[in-house]
Amino acid sequence: MATPILELENVNKSFGPIDVLHDITLNVHPGEVLCLLGDNGAGKSTLIKVFAGVHKPTSGTVRFEGEPVVFNNPREAADLGIATVHQFGGTFPLMSIGRSFFVGREPTKGFGPFKIYDRKTANSIAVKAVREFGITRIDDGDRLIGGLSGGERQSLAIARAVHFGARVLILDEPTAALGVKEAAHVLRIVLEARRRGLAVIFITHNVIHAMTVGDHFAVLIKGAKAADFRKGEKSREEITDLMAGGEAMAELEAEIESYSTAHSGHPPQV
Amino acid sequence: MNNLSFGNLLRRPEAGAFLGLAGVLVFFVAFGSTKFLETAGAASWLNVAANLGIVALPIGLLMIAGELDISIGAMIPAGSMTVAVLSGHYDLPIWIGILGALSVGLCIGLINGILVVRTAVPSLIVTLGTLFAVQGLMLGASVLVTGTTSVALTAAPWAKFFFGQFLGGSFQVIILWWIAITALFIFFIHYSPYGNWIFAMGGDKVSARNAGIPTNRLTIILFVLSATSASFVGMCQAILFNSAQVSGGMTFIFNSIISVVVGGVLLTGGFGSIIGIFFGTITFAVVNQGIYFTTFDRNWSSLIIGVMLLLAVLMNNTFRQMALSYAPKKKK
Repeated sequence: MATPILELENVNKSFGPIDVLHDITLNVHPGEVLCLLGDNGAGKSTLIKVFAGVHKPTSGTVRFEGEPVVFNNPREAADLGIATVHQFGGTFPLMSIGRSFFVGREPTKGFGPFKIYDRKTANSIAVKAVREFGITRIDDGDRLIGGLSGGERQSLAIARAVHFGARVLILDEPTAALGVKEAAHVLRIVLEARRRGLAVIFITHNVIHAMTVGDHFAVLIKGAKAADFRKGEKSREEITDLMAGGEAMAELEAEIESYSTAHSGHPPQV
Repeated sequence: MNNLSFGNLLRRPEAGAFLGLAGVLVFFVAFGSTKFLETAGAASWLNVAANLGIVALPIGLLMIAGELDISIGAMIPAGSMTVAVLSGHYDLPIWIGILGALSVGLCIGLINGILVVRTAVPSLIVTLGTLFAVQGLMLGASVLVTGTTSVALTAAPWAKFFFGQFLGGSFQVIILWWIAITALFIFFIHYSPYGNWIFAMGGDKVSARNAGIPTNRLTIILFVLSATSASFVGMCQAILFNSAQVSGGMTFIFNSIISVVVGGVLLTGGFGSIIGIFFGTITFAVVNQGIYFTTFDRNWSSLIIGVMLLLAVLMNNTFRQMALSYAPKKKK
């Protein structure tokens, strides 16, 4: 198989005495969607922060296209084309679509100190980029972001990352706060990004969303990789069970069991 | 692209300021006379507007970027006292005094900016601290050095010419500075790419930083800008009136915030315009001075300003909603 674009090998991360990630080995290939599943506190956020250069691993290796890399800050990861899109992140409600799209990378015309922001170019490129991702409702780059729906804002942020040369797209719970239709829209955009050959790391709680777009799945439990499988290798129920914390559930059942035996068959009073 | 329809005008941040200005002009013409639009009258409110406006512009930028600076209340007397003590009390050349006043602004601005960036304490609190600290420092130092709280200053003719003359008998030269500075700000905020960064910072600081905007450096620059502008205004006043007092300047805090808010800047940041702040300042100055041209008692002007502020905020909220919900009509 080809070299993965981004790869973690035996990565550990601890904050002081607290171990957050244990021995994670994970890879993602171009044109593939890796779904990271796990309950709150499982270490998903820390893991994507290691990918994005926010945290340095305490031990272990990060490889980009097979070469070991050390990111000192998010900027260095971004320069390699690793882009993170947070829920509602990257867009500014009271800015126009064109301006928001080009924040930090404004197109200019003129020269020297008289460089001015090129609104016309910015608007037309921004509108074209988001329309290519299927948001056909947008046709005026002067509209404010705040007037868009949550899904559209998410899509705009993804379109922006792709436009600026992202090769690995990290999506942090992009569908969490969205309605059904909106979420479907975002999923379609994830598939479009995959079709264009990007590697997508998709973080979600929602097994259905993950199964719709994912090629490769990893389940995190308490900072360790509990499962790593390809599309079609596990059923939805199996994944849900895994996510609901496998051992945590078993422990709870065992507790209830022992309580019942100790109290002559009565279940615990809530 | 720039179709100047009424609807488009209303969706711009300065819409409220335009309507507010029109409203107060009608009010004062109706209840007073058109005298305040003639030379002598216009000078009275233009002078107020210019002094206030030079401070209000950087305050407005800070508010757009999601910060606030109230230490300007102490920076204005600090600027005028510095130039008066250096060039009046010690008889140093006036350019040293001018440089001194501006460097005091630069230093306090740096302190404000660095404290806000490094400590994550809200800028209101940080600048409240520097407001009192600078005020106390100026009072203590001037009594220690000069023995009084008011220092006379005789500026060289060239300094008088640039910073403290009356044009046409009653227009302070600072009006020209104000217009020039406004033009400069319009270029930087609405035409250069940097303006975009300030709006982005006010909209969502974390996202702005992720997009590669040097938010910390920009915040510090904005604080330096506001403190230096305030000390510039103080310096011009000292050169104009040939003396400086430790007190005064406190009214600028509220007045500049009112001008900025009436000008359509959103208190929580991310929205506003320079031209709006410009007209907001004029509106404030007209209300402040226009009362003298009516038969009303002077004391009523605060009531008008208060009501105007509330109306402006409500109006600006409405316009912002319109801007947010705006979708272009389907092309036929």
